[in-house]
This record gives sequence, C-alpha cells and structure tokens, in this order.
Amino acid sequence: MSQPPRLEDLLRELAPQVLGAVVRQFGDFAAAEDAVQEALLAAATHWPAGGVPGNPRGWLITVAVRRMTDQLRSEQARRRREEAAAMREPPPLEPSEPAGPAGGAAVTDRDDTLLLLFMCCHPALTAPSAIALTLRAVGGLTTAEIANAFLVPEATMAQRISRAKQRISASGEPLRRPSGQEWTQRLRLVLHVLYLIFNEGYVSSVGRELHRTELSGEAIRLARMARGLLPGDAEVTGLLALMLLTDARRPARTDASGELIPLAEQDRTQWDQALIAEGLALLDAAVAAGSVGEYQLQAAIAAAHDRAARIEDTDWPQILGLYGLLEQMTGNPMVALNRAIAAAMVRGPAAGLRLLDGLGERLAGHYRLDAVRGHLLEMAGDADGAIASYQAAAGRTTSVPERNYLTLQAARVRESLGKPA
Amino acid sequence: MTKFMLLQNYSSTTACTVPMSQWAPEDIKAHIDFQHALNAELAETGELVDGQGLAGPELAKFVTFDGAGSPAVTDGPFPEAKELLAGYRIVDVESEARAIEIAAQASAAPGPGGVPIQQPIEVRQVMGAPVIDL
Repeated sequence: MSQPPRLEDLLRELAPQVLGAVVRQFGDFAAAEDAVQEALLAAATHWPAGGVPGNPRGWLITVAVRRMTDQLRSEQARRRREEAAAMREPPPLEPSEPAGPAGGAAVTDRDDTLLLLFMCCHPALTAPSAIALTLRAVGGLTTAEIANAFLVPEATMAQRISRAKQRISASGEPLRRPSGQEWTQRLRLVLHVLYLIFNEGYVSSVGRELHRTELSGEAIRLARMARGLLPGDAEVTGLLALMLLTDARRPARTDASGELIPLAEQDRTQWDQALIAEGLALLDAAVAAGSVGEYQLQAAIAAAHDRAARIEDTDWPQILGLYGLLEQMTGNPMVALNRAIAAAMVRGPAAGLRLLDGLGERLAGHYRLDAVRGHLLEMAGDADGAIASYQAAAGRTTSVPERNYLTLQAARVRESLGKPA
Repeated sequence: MTKFMLLQNYSSTTACTVPMSQWAPEDIKAHIDFQHALNAELAETGELVDGQGLAGPELAKFVTFDGAGSPAVTDGPFPEAKELLAGYRIVDVESEARAIEIAAQASAAPGPGGVPIQQPIEVRQVMGAPVIDL
C-alpha cells in the first residue's frame, strides 16, 4: 500500500461528514453508505496522482451523490423508464434544520457528523450492532478491521453491519437533530456506545489479548470528535477525560507476555503523564460546566488513582465518596463492588466484606464478586477463604489473563501458608 | 497444507495429578510462559491458525431439544467435567507428522518443578475441500 498515511487520515476524517450529508439528502442510510464507500475508493485511487482537490469534502459529496442518483436512476429505469431523465440532476440540499439545544447554527459538516453519530447509535439497534456501525460509518474502519478487532469472520461482521443499516432504514427515522428530552436520551446512547468501544479495547471480556488497543484508540478518537462537536456538554467531556485517564495506565497494566498487573503493583513511572495532564484538565473543565454525570464521576475516580505516585498515596476516602455518589446515580452492582474495595481500604476489610454480603443476590455467580471477596478475605487474614474465593473466580471468568491472574493469586496465598504445592 | 485441531481436556495425567490451582506460583508462571512461547513460535512459523482457551466447566452447559416445547439446558457441576474440552489450537501444517510434532511439544508443557506434565493432546484433522486431482 503506497498510499501516504496523511491521505488516509483525511479520508477517515471526511467520511462521516460526507455520509451525513448524503444521508440527510437522500434518507436511505444503507444506499448512502455504499455510495460514500465508492466515493472514498475513487478518492484513494485518483488523489495520490491527481492531487487533493481544493474542496475535498465537496468533491466526495458530489461523487457520492452522483452514485446515489445513478443507482436511483437504474432502479427507476427498471420500473418506469420515463422518470429516469428527471433524476439526472441531484436534488438541491435541503434548507437548514431547526436548531437544537446546542444553538442555532446552520447545517454544517460538523452537524452532519453529529447526526450520523446519533443515527448509528440508534435505539432500535443492539449494542454490538451500534458499535459495529459506529466504527464503520463514523470511525471509517473497514469491515475487515472491525471483524479483526472483535475476532469474528469478516462475512459475519459484514452481515451484522448490513442488518444494522437495514434496521435503521426500516425505522424510517429521518436524519435529524433530536430535541428536548429525546436529545438527552439519544446522547446518553451515543456516549454509552463510545464507552463500550473503549472498554472492549481496554479490558477485552473474551479471549487471549487483554488489550485491543486499536479499539481504545478509535474510541478516544471518536470521543475527541464528539467533544469537538459538543464542547459545552459536561458528560461528553467527562467521558473523554475518563478514557484518557484510564488509557494513561495502559503501558503498566500488562507484563511482556500480556499478563495482567493489578493497580497496586503497577510501575507508575510508566503511566503516560501527558495523557493524565490532558485528562485532568478536561475533568476540571467538565466539573466547572456544572451538572455532574456518571462519566465525570468515573473520571474523577480514575484521576484519584492517577494522581497517586505510589499506591500508598491513594486518596481512598475521596474514592469511597465518589463510588458512593456513582452508586446512587447508577444503581449498578459492579459500582457497589468497587465501593466495597474502597470501603475496605478506608475502614478495613470487615467493612468491605459487609458490603459484599448485600450483593450476593444481584451478582450471584459473577466472577468479580468472588475475586473481590478473595482480595478482602486475604486482607482480613483468612487465607483458606481467600484461596477458595480466588479459585471460584478463576473458574468463572471468561478472560484468559484474568484466569491466569486469579489462579496465581490463589497459589500465592497457598504458598504464604506454607502448604505443600 | 493441512489443518489439524489439537485438543486438550482437563484430565490429570500419569505425570501430574495435582490440579494447576494447587501448583506453586512460579510453576504456574512457567506453564503460562510456555504456552505463550509455543503460540509465538507457531505464529512465527506461519502455522498457527487459532488457539483459544475455553471458560471453565463451571460455565459449561449441555443443550438438547426434541424440536417441540422448550430445550433442556443442563448446568454443571458435571461428574465427567475432566473430559470437557479445556482449549485447542488449530495449526495449518505440511504433514500429519508436523502436527504430531507440535502436539508432542504441547504435551511436554512444564508442571510442578518444571517436570513435563505429559498432557494427552488429541490430534484431529480438520476436513477440507474434496481432492480433485485423482
């Protein structure tokens, strides 16, 4: 591939703007996506030799619109040949949409990208479908790249994306800016999808590799894009801060062979201080913007860890308070599990274990409950209980690095007891 | 090139009757490192197609269905859990002899004290397209 990377970056940046514009004009998401892919291919073929046109976005839109009209024309020709002539000229761009809560700007390339993001994170889609479609249509990843990231065959991923596009087309929703209450709900879906993409890359739930960094990097790129589009939204900023503050620890999170290193044992000098500084500044900006949301709280927790140069410098009382707020806000039992760890660090293992007792029903059989119980029992000096809990957790996790880590924890406690191996 | 699936289950071997959960930490680490190294080696030779560990028998389920009503789903614990598949590698190799060589390497994975555990490896050829040049 002799294509210079700069052209590739330019095309990836323009792809969602062009797709948004074409979908807004024609409404047919699936057909528009195909047309834009063809336009991008044409650009990748012609631009290296002929040079990048003065208005690359306009060039791509023109080519994609031509493909759309060609397609419409041939379809209609099949049915009613005489209508073909009327389709020769592309329809004019529609006038500006009514302004949304973010202000009365006219429809621009930025709005098109944002609208596209909203459409890809459509409530009619399951999370895996929304993730795949977002990476494809907004992220500009190829189907092969997405398939590779999720460890499924390319044909399977192509089908998932194709079905997602059909579902959106079938929903009949025009590409428009949601308003009022709907805006808040749809934005929450968008942020959730970006968060899931990041997590999928950071803590792969299945498989051998703990990090699939290309997905984390893509999620960060999309979150940066979302913040560029909605700079005043505290939760968008909070989500980007959370990603950066978490990703900053990635270099220290695994050893050379990909095995997991827990926070307490990480070499903190390997943490990426530039990412931490950027994340902290974003978090400050988000907090200053007013309304507190769950991503800001999670980012604040990540920041508390990142600020501690040594594990013993960690401000556990602050983290405990933040988890308390987060649990109130989300009611998520996994948050309660983390609060139990923080409680143990502040008030001792017995306090943490008491909190776990209330979670047995909601997290029954989840390996994380056993993993945390093992950790707290070990802190409390109950070696046999810790070993049993670590082993139970190892038997139920679906991640190889986590299973290896938990098996090692059990073995380590057993060894400290002086029991025969 | 022919594809082979190399399968291993949880059965204890004559050389090692202690489950891994009771090994010393350094022995567990050595075993994990061995598996990483073997995968890296097979990737390097261009023979590794896929290699995966499966989640434990605790999460296994057996499903049967007679086509009417609702399917029967059986949860563990299973008395025959040791016969369940623990993981597999798929290799694409020149010959069965090479597949057997790789299986032998995998079988000698280190156990307690670095002694090879002699894990039985099931070597099964993956069926492919019919041979056309008769």
